[in-house]
This record gives sequence, structure tokens and C-alpha cells, in this order.
Amino acid sequence: MNIELSHFSAALLFALCASVVFGITQKNAPKEMMQYGVKCFGMFFGGVIVASWIMWLLKH
Amino acid sequence: MANETAKSLTAKPAIVEPEYPVTAMGVGALVAGWLIPGLGHIIQKRWIRGLLIFVSVLTMFFFGLGMEGKIYTFNTGDLLEILGFLGNIGAGALYFLARVQEWGQGNIHRALADYGTKFIIVAGLLNVISAIDAYHIGIGKKK
Repeated sequence: MNIELSHFSAALLFALCASVVFGITQKNAPKEMMQYGVKCFGMFFGGVIVASWIMWLLKH
Repeated sequence: MANETAKSLTAKPAIVEPEYPVTAMGVGALVAGWLIPGLGHIIQKRWIRGLLIFVSVLTMFFFGLGMEGKIYTFNTGDLLEILGFLGNIGAGALYFLARVQEWGQGNIHRALADYGTKFIIVAGLLNVISAIDAYHIGIGKKK
């Protein structure tokens, strides 16, 4: 079984799974878990976008 | 004397961390959570958390294998290989299953396989975090 993912979709999948676990393990209340998970996902996603623009600028 | 009194008045009270003794449930949850992702939470009736951890860790692990990521074996060579093995073994039973089935041979000709290797390592590390979280629930440090 071979899975073909783009770099971007692999990064998003990574961000989603890691954010779920971070949210559950780093906070106590369910509401805080949700908020922290969403925050982590946003940070991962934002990090991907920023890093990709930096790489684009370095290349050009 | 006056100096000591002034010091004692201005000194901040020491923060005393409550002690959480090791319990059978804590250790059981730690081991169960390491072996099967999320099981440490499930045996403590944290059904949703356990299920979410199970799905997240398995998704990362099997997507990593699907991308032809590498499973590291025990080694005493290169530091990165040793760390890779430690990350892999964090996945518990999934690691042993992959070894028995001879999955995760890796593919150096494919860039995506390198992402897969990282997916498998991170799945193991996330599982370790989850198992420790289950231990904290078991000893009463966390709800």
C-alpha cells in the first residue's frame, strides 16, 4: 500500500494529529483542550505558510 | 533580629506541590496506554479522549508506513538511528506488529518516504505523551 501525499497535505495531516494529542494531554478541561488544540493547529498551519513563503523568497 | 523579622515578613511563602503517590491504576494506565494508543484513557473511562488518541496515533503510524517510512531496529550505531529507534518503540504494540510483519523497510529513492519515517517517529512520541497523561489521570494529578 503506497500513499501519495503532497508536502502540504502531509504537513496538514501531521498538524491535525499532533494538535489533537497536544490538546488532550496539555490541558485539563474539555473546553480548554479544544481551544488549545485549535490554537496548536493554527500555529502549525501558520508555520507551514510562513516557512513556505520564506523558502519562496529565498529561491527568488 | 529586626532584620530577620523583616525578611520573614517580606519572604514569599514557599509553594508546596502536593504529592501524588504511585498507584496501580496509574502504572496500569501507563503500560496500557503505551501498548495500545488511548487504552490508558479508555480504562479510566475517558472514552472520547482515548478514542481520539487511538485514531490520531494510528493514523500517523499507518500513513507513515504507507509513505514507505522506515522502522528502526535496536542499534548502537549512529545517534540519529538510536533516537529513531527510541521514537519508534514509543508506539508500543504497533512497533512490534510492524517488526513482526516486516513493514517499514524505507525507500531512500522517494522523498515522501522521509516524511513517512518522521510520521512513524512522531506517532511513537505522541503515544508516549498520551501514556504519561493517562498515568497522571491514574494518580489523580489530572482529571
